[in-house]
Amino acid sequence: MSPRPGFVLEVDRSTPPTLFWHGERFTLERLPEGSRVIYAPEPLAPLEDPVAAIRHALTHPLGDSSPLPDLLRPGMKLTICFDDVSLPLPPMQAPDARQLVIEQVLDMAAGAGVDDVVLVAALALHRRMTEAELRHALGDRVYDAFAPHGLLTQHDAEDPDNLIFLGQTAHGEDVEINKRAATSDLLVYVNINLVAMDGGHKSVATGLASYRSLRHHHNPATMRHSRSFMDAPASELHSANWRMGRLIAESGVRVFQIETTLNTDTFPSNFAFLQRREWEWSLRDRATYAAASAALDRTPARVARQIFHAIRSPHALRSVHAGEVEAVHAATTADVWEQQGVVVEGQTDILTMGLPYICPYNVNSIMNPILVACLGLGYFFNLYRGKPLVRQGGVLILHHPTPWEFHPGHHPSYIDFFEQVLSQTTDPGVMSEQYEQSFATDPWYVHLYRTGHAYHGVHPFYMWYWCAHALEHLGRVIIVGGDPRAVRRMGFSPASTMADALEMAADVVGPSPTLTHLHTPPIMMADVQ
Amino acid sequence: VRSLVFERNVARFAAARVASALGSGAGAGVGPLRLTETEAPDLPGGDWRRVMPVLSGICGSDLATLDGRSSRYFEEIVSFPFVPGHEIVGHLESGERVVIEPVLGCAARGIVPPCAACAEGRTGDCQQLAFGHLRPGLQTGFCADTGGGWSAAGLVAHESQIHAVPESMSDADAVTVEPTACAVHAVLSAGVRDGETVAVLGAGTLGLLSIAALAHLAATGRAEAPGSILAGARYEHQRRWAAELGATDALDPDQLPRAVRRRSRSLALGRPDTGAQRLTGGADVVLDCVGSSASIGQSLAMTRPGGRIVLVGMPGRVHVDLAPLWHRGVSLVGTYAYGVERVAGAAEPVRTFDLALEVAGALSTGRLVSATYPLERFEEAVAHAGSAGRRGAVKVAFDLRDAARPPRKERHP
Repeated sequence: MSPRPGFVLEVDRSTPPTLFWHGERFTLERLPEGSRVIYAPEPLAPLEDPVAAIRHALTHPLGDSSPLPDLLRPGMKLTICFDDVSLPLPPMQAPDARQLVIEQVLDMAAGAGVDDVVLVAALALHRRMTEAELRHALGDRVYDAFAPHGLLTQHDAEDPDNLIFLGQTAHGEDVEINKRAATSDLLVYVNINLVAMDGGHKSVATGLASYRSLRHHHNPATMRHSRSFMDAPASELHSANWRMGRLIAESGVRVFQIETTLNTDTFPSNFAFLQRREWEWSLRDRATYAAASAALDRTPARVARQIFHAIRSPHALRSVHAGEVEAVHAATTADVWEQQGVVVEGQTDILTMGLPYICPYNVNSIMNPILVACLGLGYFFNLYRGKPLVRQGGVLILHHPTPWEFHPGHHPSYIDFFEQVLSQTTDPGVMSEQYEQSFATDPWYVHLYRTGHAYHGVHPFYMWYWCAHALEHLGRVIIVGGDPRAVRRMGFSPASTMADALEMAADVVGPSPTLTHLHTPPIMMADVQ
Repeated sequence: VRSLVFERNVARFAAARVASALGSGAGAGVGPLRLTETEAPDLPGGDWRRVMPVLSGICGSDLATLDGRSSRYFEEIVSFPFVPGHEIVGHLESGERVVIEPVLGCAARGIVPPCAACAEGRTGDCQQLAFGHLRPGLQTGFCADTGGGWSAAGLVAHESQIHAVPESMSDADAVTVEPTACAVHAVLSAGVRDGETVAVLGAGTLGLLSIAALAHLAATGRAEAPGSILAGARYEHQRRWAAELGATDALDPDQLPRAVRRRSRSLALGRPDTGAQRLTGGADVVLDCVGSSASIGQSLAMTRPGGRIVLVGMPGRVHVDLAPLWHRGVSLVGTYAYGVERVAGAAEPVRTFDLALEVAGALSTGRLVSATYPLERFEEAVAHAGSAGRRGAVKVAFDLRDAARPPRKERHP
């Protein structure tokens, strides 16, 4: 049976309760009759022979690019950059897509006699990956061949000796990226396109950039004019990255882009019910849900977090394209939409979401309140093309425990942002003007970013800026089951139950509102007509 | 006429100390404080006046005394039995409303010539607190001869202790003048310079008034203006007050070192996930308005090399690692009471109380008076003061306006 496309269910009296993620828990909520529930398309068939597909892509590039073997020669300087720990979500079962691709690139490089090869994790301002995370992404063979010799590096956006300024775009945007990558004869970028936002010129222009560059598009104005991040033509974030990417190309940096897409097979079989439609749950699904819920209710949050972060997703490689950046990205984006797109008719007054335990910035870490906001208002809210799922002035209801808890090693500046900035203002524009610079240049955050596993000092601002479009668009944000103090600190409203949240929402959108539930993960993107 | 009298009674001292383990102020009922009939004290001399208190505050040092937690250092400069209460607004027999500067220096003690400190007006530094024609007592409210503010019988005050209260000032504002004077003296002792980062640890009455004094004196050009005032306040209402009175940032005390680090752009030593970090730089000035081992330790961890820590809150016996004090050349400064101050724009020293009257009037510090009690409900009053932060209060005071009337039966909530 071929995979079924995405589906919009209208809730009626016979509809069973709907699954909501709630951090490291989940719950069933009975939605009002007439509500809509948007289900992701079922996983499309994976590539039958991923290695053969990768080799084919490398030797049959898209756009104005020669096959990879033709670009490789002895004595050349080759830098292979790859997406960091923020992708994919959850981390995929081994072998990771990056490992599969990089092994083939290295095989071709070795065949061509290239011996100056450096791998660079394209962190941008994210935290450095641990050895275990690098081994998982690259495989032991690649790790052991490169890391001991110092040839497996992680982009350091604060290392003046390894940054190069390439110029300014016509819009006055500074372009400063990783020097080793920019001065190589060939820069191969290995991408995982979990969502349509990923990849394209954003890979190099963002992943290998410094704060000096990033501030031109990671700011409130750009984010407000990115409608949405998943729709590049309507995204100012992408427009800026495209301008920068073209300048990078004009500067003589030769980029060979490799983009991969995954199917939506998100959870292993013991959590299969999480990606099934509730009315199709088998007896076993019901039993698994009941047992898991009961067990998690008795499990301390810290332990539950460890359990969930140990999940390795069965994501399978669905497509791979290589060659010139824009041509590759066009093909990749089409693949992503084919897998994740769901046509939805019209907007809704109230949009509900259950937020899971993970977002791009808390892999093996704590989902702190700022990341809760970012996942809900920055990512899930923006999973649309055309118009937002929720109407202007509508209400977003999130389901998440939103604990007032931070990972001190990963998110040190988040703690101070939450205590010292959000306590003063939740306005992205005001915080950008009054606080961003001091966080971005704080020597302690710089030290922790460079030597520890901390996100850059400015990163919490970026997380809040991701919310800027939603903050401007929505009439109210309600979080069900969240720590009330943490929820209020962010300017949102806490509710103890979904029923309470719906009553509160009615104060904003009026009686008998329309309601839509985004049943994600698995990830989907709404094509709102 | 009824007064609260503190007697020397070892058994009751011990009982108070045990009871205070339940919380500050919990031992008022079993300790050496008794509500009893007293007469007004005799006037010690012709230059003394009778004062009938209107409001009299309960101070942290009063609580420490009632709880049996006061340092034994004070034993020789206190005389028993005494009527507590040194934060006083009252009336003279002439009807004039006054506040009392309670330090009993050389002038009040009839000592001629005065000690060097008193000669300069620095009565808080008086070297003869146990001498002269009064029995020992560092202040009114700790001396057997003067009475104190917690009395309907009234007290006596030397002319040098008396400050007229402007007609426009409320009684509540006036009763905060004495702690405001302590705060003014503390912040001026700190010698804050333009642009410096000041951390204020603790946001009880003294902490909040220190913030107010810092902000007001800088705003009026009497003192240099700090670049930022960071307040560590345990409770939400304290954070609100701190911000309203002039703090740049008001945070939970646990977060204060993080704010100081960020403001001073310091690095830190120690693992960030242990919570036991200390700063490589830090605040230029820390006003420790708590005075505990923990607060002094925290102050040392967030004061820059060469910086100053000013002990505003009354400390007792503490256990502190002074290695950072030595290694970083930090000054640990005590500041007690008041006297005279040298401020910008004044050729001559200005009395601290005059500045305090100005600050209290300008900022309506009487807003910090959260509750008043009649003397008869002293146990509740002291318990309330002892748990003020937890109960959303700041300053608790005795209200003696009805004290001349026979006590009525209070309906207890």
